[in-house]
Amino acid sequence: MPSMKDLQGRDRPTWCPGCGDHGVLNAVKLAMVNYNIEPHQLLIVTGIGCGSKLPQYMWVNGLHTLHGRDIPIATGAKLANHKLYVMTVSGDGNTYGMGLSHLLHAARRNINITSVVQNNQVYGLTKGQYSPTSETGTVTKTSPPPAGAIEQPVRPLALALIAGATFVARGFAKDPRYLADIIGKALMHRGYALIDVLQPCVTFNRVNTYDWYSERVYKVEEQPGGYDPTDFAAALEKAQEWGDRIPIGILYQVERPTYEDHLPAIREQSLVELGVHRDMAELERLKREFM
Amino acid sequence: MPKNDLTFLLGGEAGQGIESSATGFAKAIAHAGLHIFDLRDYRSRIRGGHNFAQIRVSAEPLTSHRETVHVLLAMTEEAVRRHYPQVPAGGAILYDEALPVEDAIWEAVQARGVQRFPVPLRKIAEEIGGAVVMMNTAATAAAAGVTRFPFSYIEEIIRVNFGKRGEAMVSANLKVADAAYRYALEHYAGSFDHTIEPIPGAPPRMLLNGNEAFAFGAVAGGCRFAAGYPMTPGSPVLEWLAGHANQYGLVVKHTEDEIAAICMAVGAGHVGARALVPTSGGGFSLMVEALGFAGMSETPVVIYNAQRPGPSTGLPTRQEQGDLLFSLWASQGEFLRVVLAPGTHEEAFEAGWRSFNLAETYQTPVIVLGDHFLATSSRTLEPEALDLSAVQVERGKLLSPAELDALEGEYYRYAITEDGVSPRAVPGHPKAVYVGEGNEHDYQGRIAEEIEDRVALNAKRLRKLETARQSMRPPKRYGPAEAPVMLVGWGSTVMPALEALRILNAERPTAQYLHITDVWPFPAEAVAQALGEARVTIAVENNALGQMARLIRQETGIRLEHFISKYDGRPFSPEYIVRGVREVLHA
Ligand SMILES: Cc1ncc(C[n+]2csc(CCOP(=O)(O)OP(=O)(O)O)c2C)c(N)n1
Ligand code: SF4
Repeated sequence: MPSMKDLQGRDRPTWCPGCGDHGVLNAVKLAMVNYNIEPHQLLIVTGIGCGSKLPQYMWVNGLHTLHGRDIPIATGAKLANHKLYVMTVSGDGNTYGMGLSHLLHAARRNINITSVVQNNQVYGLTKGQYSPTSETGTVTKTSPPPAGAIEQPVRPLALALIAGATFVARGFAKDPRYLADIIGKALMHRGYALIDVLQPCVTFNRVNTYDWYSERVYKVEEQPGGYDPTDFAAALEKAQEWGDRIPIGILYQVERPTYEDHLPAIREQSLVELGVHRDMAELERLKREFM
Repeated sequence: MPKNDLTFLLGGEAGQGIESSATGFAKAIAHAGLHIFDLRDYRSRIRGGHNFAQIRVSAEPLTSHRETVHVLLAMTEEAVRRHYPQVPAGGAILYDEALPVEDAIWEAVQARGVQRFPVPLRKIAEEIGGAVVMMNTAATAAAAGVTRFPFSYIEEIIRVNFGKRGEAMVSANLKVADAAYRYALEHYAGSFDHTIEPIPGAPPRMLLNGNEAFAFGAVAGGCRFAAGYPMTPGSPVLEWLAGHANQYGLVVKHTEDEIAAICMAVGAGHVGARALVPTSGGGFSLMVEALGFAGMSETPVVIYNAQRPGPSTGLPTRQEQGDLLFSLWASQGEFLRVVLAPGTHEEAFEAGWRSFNLAETYQTPVIVLGDHFLATSSRTLEPEALDLSAVQVERGKLLSPAELDALEGEYYRYAITEDGVSPRAVPGHPKAVYVGEGNEHDYQGRIAEEIEDRVALNAKRLRKLETARQSMRPPKRYGPAEAPVMLVGWGSTVMPALEALRILNAERPTAQYLHITDVWPFPAEAVAQALGEARVTIAVENNALGQMARLIRQETGIRLEHFISKYDGRPFSPEYIVRGVREVLHA
């Protein structure tokens, strides 16, 4: 079982002091400790953004890739070696902007990967432009006044549900223990898992602050009457709840065969274990198909 | 009487079944021990519009189609109108008796000394088979009839092709074929000179196109993963691999777009599976950012670009070699990518497996530039021509689990080495935990912006350029070494060029051909040396700008004097090249 110390990276985070990404980093490490996942057993694929640098700040297999493309890269890695745990970690601009179609296709495939999205409702790394989850009217340099952002914000959890994700959750960077539990459960879940994380950007988002969220978030399982995470209609309703009250926790979790389950080629061994071995007699037989 | 040396052209509308009957007809003749070259020409539409297949038959191996057509099988009036000028004296036009062809055309046909063979194709299909769609079965059977090609071969192919669709289907097609065959034999065979006679004892041969050859080569080379988004003419590779995935231990993914396709392949390559993306120009354009990521993160991946005319969606179903310079420089920044341009089916097969060796050895993307002509033309090949025993697997500096177990000290993914290639570990081993990086980084994989790190890592990656040059094969030379003219081409141009050489050199040595298959890193010395021995140099390229000629000039300083260019969306014919050479010589 790894300890928090084992997961220490060579470099310290370059995130702004107080950035929600510190909480996400802690939660990822905690999840590995609590669920006994060694650094070499997990591959964290990230896109581009402040938060996407996360694997640089811990001890784990990482792949820091392209803006918006972490999900298909993770999908390829998972298909090639489904014995690895594969997770993506990236921002909302990355995943709900450029990468939105990849997210929906991953959900409908039910590929067995976990996506953690650091949702700070702005673009951090490119200095504060509005993001796909910014509220209508948000004023930034690319959404100047008077109108501010004209679009409706993306509702990622609802989209993921509609697309067929089998695990849909929301966490809050201020509560890494609770988030770690969700991440651990997501990694243990067989199928596509999306975890939207409320991640305050202390530099560019002066509205959605720790306090702003703290006043609003509540845990679904603590609501009066409890919560049934297998109820799709209830989940869809929760996924669209945003404003005075913001639900966190596992909104939806069901079992459905994963994409990999349908692939006979990797039933016994992963593609990587199959290596480059070829049955020459079989290949000679294949020639006859052309005759 | 000309025997076993002729060309059929089967022309009609999309939706008439030209494609499948041409395939069946070519196969039947190949089964009789003859050689085939089967060229396809079709429009980007599913119904209507003119399509044709040109099937050349010979007792000798073939590498190209020819412009001349001895038997024109016309399913439509348009097919007669378009193709009769290709039929020489002694040739024939076989057509449905009811086709509304203008008198003026028939007069021109007669003036050429070409015979007209009307056959009630439609009537036979309807009355005997019960469906107009069987007209193409009737047409190919009639073509067999006039050339006295034994019916048994046609029968065999019908049984194989329609067997899956039930006995009723087989017997209806057989009846149609038999009636058309007998009609043509009785009415016309006596007055037609060309015949096809089976060659007894000929060894069974393969008949396959360049896409199939490449895909087969990839499987032979240990390809485990393929991802793509359909785009002509690259997608048949994806389809072929998908059809063979379970049997041969592959995962094949039709993705949401080309960006996802290459990203998945890069992900699969990063963790250690040999991964391929088949596509065509527009799809490759979308992949360019990820190409650079593979270059920076030093991830092996193979991209097969079956070129078609651009820009944009251009001519979707046609031929061009227009992506050469784009392939060399696609993506921002400077890094090694290997570019191969197979020209024949044998070379396509070889590129299928060799590309993975190069990708893994140099830990970088490899682009295989196919083109429409190679991708879609079929040729007969001896089974040994695709030599499985020659297939080698080289994984370069990939560390095995045992080597990792024995590792002393820390593992650094981007260790600085003399040849630029760092020992590679795939994720999953406790001794090799690291971050693969798309940002500039240091030897450990840590994001780095210091001058020393940038220079050291960029220089390391670029050293692979010189290392990889050692794996590049020199160009192949064909034709007599003393021939004064040196034609210079790349990719599938070699196939018609080889025929052109035969024509040009029939009397005295006139031309030789320099065939460049390994395009990047450019084998500059070998190319310069070969060109130094030529008196007249002519670039032959299916593009307008002379991209290879520019590359040669850039890399060797040698300027090719002449250029035979073709960018009308059609492949070179041997005759076109011959005309081009003669123009240069007589100018
Ligand atoms: C193709 C491409 N376009 C634009 C960029 C520039 N870019 C870098 S990060 C980023 C947005 C980051 O926002 P988000 O994904 O929300 O992550 P955060 O920085 O907030 O963590 C952009 C647009 C890029 N790297 N690649
Ligand atoms: S800019 Fe925002 S998201 Fe980026 S590190 Fe700073 S606080 Fe975090």
